[in-house]
Amino acid sequence: MSLTPQEHAFLEKKIGRKPSPVELQIVAAEWSEHCSYKSSKKHLKLLPREGSRVISGPGYDSGVLDVGDGYVVTVHIESHNHPSAVEPYGGAATGVGGVIRDILSVGTRPIAILDGLRFGDIEKDPHARWLFKNAVRGIADYGNCLGIPTIGGEIEFDKCFTNYALVDVAAIGFGKKEKLIKNRADKDDFVVLIGGSTGRDGIGGSQFASDKLESENRSAVQIPDPFIEKLVIEAILEARDQHCIKAMKDLGGGGLSCAISEIADALSVGIEMDVARIHKREASMSPTELMVSESQERMLVITDRQKLPILKKICEKFRVPYSVIGKVKEDRMMQVRVETNTIANLPSSVITNAPLLDRPASKPKYLKKIEEIKKPNTPNDLTGTLLQMLTNPNIASKIWVYGQYDHEVGIRTVVKPGYDASVLRLDNGKFLSVKIDGNSKQCYINPRQGAIGCFEEACRNVVCTGATPIGMVDHLQFGNPEDPEIFWTFKESLEGISEFAKYLEIPCVGGKVSFYNETDNGPIKPTPLIGVLGLIDKKPLLTQKIANNNMLVIVGETKDELGGSEYYEYIHDIIGGTSPIVDMKSAKLNQQIILELINQGLVNSAHDCSKGGLAVAVSELCITNDMGCVVSIDKIPGQKLKPDEILFSESHSRYLLVIDPKNSDKIKSLLKQKNVSYAFIGKFSGSNIIFRNKTKTIANLRVDKARDKWLNSLESLVTHG
Amino acid sequence: MKVAVVVFPGSNCDRDMHHVLSDVFKLKTELVWHTDEFPKNIDAIVLPGGFSYGDRLRAGVIAAHSPVISEIKKMAEKGMPILGVCNGFQILVEAGLLPGALLKNTSLTFMCKWTEIIVKNNKTPFTNKLKLNQRIPIAIANGEGRYYADKETLRSLKKNNQIVFTYGEEVNGASLDIAGICNKQGNVVGMMPHPERSAESIINPKNSKPASLIFESLLNTLGVVQ
Repeated sequence: MSLTPQEHAFLEKKIGRKPSPVELQIVAAEWSEHCSYKSSKKHLKLLPREGSRVISGPGYDSGVLDVGDGYVVTVHIESHNHPSAVEPYGGAATGVGGVIRDILSVGTRPIAILDGLRFGDIEKDPHARWLFKNAVRGIADYGNCLGIPTIGGEIEFDKCFTNYALVDVAAIGFGKKEKLIKNRADKDDFVVLIGGSTGRDGIGGSQFASDKLESENRSAVQIPDPFIEKLVIEAILEARDQHCIKAMKDLGGGGLSCAISEIADALSVGIEMDVARIHKREASMSPTELMVSESQERMLVITDRQKLPILKKICEKFRVPYSVIGKVKEDRMMQVRVETNTIANLPSSVITNAPLLDRPASKPKYLKKIEEIKKPNTPNDLTGTLLQMLTNPNIASKIWVYGQYDHEVGIRTVVKPGYDASVLRLDNGKFLSVKIDGNSKQCYINPRQGAIGCFEEACRNVVCTGATPIGMVDHLQFGNPEDPEIFWTFKESLEGISEFAKYLEIPCVGGKVSFYNETDNGPIKPTPLIGVLGLIDKKPLLTQKIANNNMLVIVGETKDELGGSEYYEYIHDIIGGTSPIVDMKSAKLNQQIILELINQGLVNSAHDCSKGGLAVAVSELCITNDMGCVVSIDKIPGQKLKPDEILFSESHSRYLLVIDPKNSDKIKSLLKQKNVSYAFIGKFSGSNIIFRNKTKTIANLRVDKARDKWLNSLESLVTHG
Repeated sequence: MKVAVVVFPGSNCDRDMHHVLSDVFKLKTELVWHTDEFPKNIDAIVLPGGFSYGDRLRAGVIAAHSPVISEIKKMAEKGMPILGVCNGFQILVEAGLLPGALLKNTSLTFMCKWTEIIVKNNKTPFTNKLKLNQRIPIAIANGEGRYYADKETLRSLKKNNQIVFTYGEEVNGASLDIAGICNKQGNVVGMMPHPERSAESIINPKNSKPASLIFESLLNTLGVVQ
């Protein structure tokens, strides 16, 4: 893929001449959808970026949040979808590597990884299973070797991802505020390329990712080497400590073309570089190949004459290859030479500012069609239905996945994977709670509310650990933006996310847009992914073992919102209906009240009610505590619903609380006082999960049986399926 | 009293070990880069976990041939307490300081989980504050953690009381469920599980006291009065 005729004309007009072949490739890489955000940029302004904790710097590739006492937390999210769909092991591994370097590039140590994975129907599709297994192995091998814990994530299977994969990786960094890279450069400073050698892998990767996946373009996929990445991390952090880094950028999509032009533009300087000086994997590479190669594990550092020898010494200590490829100049031009011969000389602002597009948007026709559905009959055997739900790969425990990830290294992981959100301890005595959430099924039915729902769910998850949300990142994944119906879903999702972020005053500190997620089978369902970071000042809510006679409380309303639910789709094969809608006022109120109850020490554990609804959430509490529970569904606040709808509705803003009976009066009075919808719905005891409607038992499942299905079904599917 | 934590390219539990030794157990601890001159006044050595040299060729084998190992061997002969954890254990085995080998887990995957190990030798510098058969809740995280030795070696391990820890459950197919061993003299100990991830109550979901006794044993050995 290269420039469109219009872009070609725009470029010629801007520079007043015909571009050279190398210039054309440099610009094509940077003007790809992947690097330039040309379809989305105008709309991304909607997101609120400011907040009292937000620190922004020129050219920062990660969001930076002040967590007090001189410390910052950094965060970034990216996807590696096209490469992972072709070569899942390498694609997923290099996805981890790329986002880690964004965290490193602001001068913070990466301390955690989260991943969101999406594949086709793994129960029926062996190719989806192959993609899944190998993507997990790729993430595990890369993250484990780096010694950065993979502490959480989420996984979804849906037919819309057939022959495709969404691999999203979020990374968290931590460091001292004073050590953040200032990102400035002066004339005659040196431009140093540090890390792995530049090879013929990942050639044209950003353009490859900016088109429909049609062929298996293997040369566009990068090759992972976590060992080099580990050495690069340590070398860069040592160079940071020794003040050798004036400015820094990681090499990602578009390779050197993008890194050089973007850093020059961000710092308002020019850069001249010589491709002959680049350390290469293959001798015969052409200048264009060198400029657009997306070989991994490379960082670009700007340092001054005085510090260059120290930087070199540090690289030599870690045996990290480097080359001094150029110098900073004042004229704001990006000049590329082969020794003395100039092969490209363009204003960096031209390269980094692709002509933006106003894509047309129109409401998809399918939305009308799927609104009306025939509601399914309530199954006779709801016990069997519940067991089936717990076996559903979208709901079953993901222990097979996170058991392969080192989630303990770094000794910060206080709340481990498998709970609502993961919690890390920070060096200032505070705790960071993190969660990412997505839900393509609900976003397909209602792109706006689905996106808000993912956001609210991520908030609920961190709130359940006792954390107050302080920032969010979004990753917006859609099909071809040139299709007005797809572009409409993008705009709707973005508007929803922006509206909710403003309402809750949670700043967006980073994100990414990924279009062209489609194969010959068509586009994926809209899949925005939201990551939320929460801060805990004192102590996280560490889930306490449920004791006999503990009580179960539900906060929030259960509504007729089963569109896009696991119950409709997995059990009844119905795509459509009304999907959950977030009532912003109750979302905010419920968050506040849950945090207040937790902070007052009144709650033994809190659990978010989401995928699979109430029945699954209660089962998870019972399974992880090896304790039965009797739940009266007739008491549940909300609309009048059929029993199966009460059990499996995925209405938002709902929380389950496990409490000691001695605290019940206090909790009741607080909930009443705040005018929150709630009910005391159950009691823990025995060894069965029992749901009652008045006097009638509607489901009765043994905890050990439930556990066996929930815990083992994913592994047995992957290893024997 | 001073402990050296040796850092190889790719070590990644070095900072965790340093934190636990120095911040939790208040031992003077120094991170020693593998090519730096070995500090003189050292009283104990720890080889931390990680992926030295990216586990290339075989876990631990390249680090085992680095120059710093000959220094460590000299110290081992002098009876200095030396602990290898996870990749550190693999290095000690590859260096010939401990017998046997560490193979791929029977699951064929990396595994990260909490388990329990049982103390089988409480005479070593790292176990002398523990009781025999005491159970230690501890984190494991490895891909090549299955201890293997031939029958003869296993017999001599038993005979010489060199089995230090065994797993309390079937974990990875290790011979005799071995989780950690020592040399004949008992001063060099290698273990796959991570005591440094298990000795603080905030990150140990079960009970951090038993794992902290591994470090208190070292303090006891070094004669540090707490």
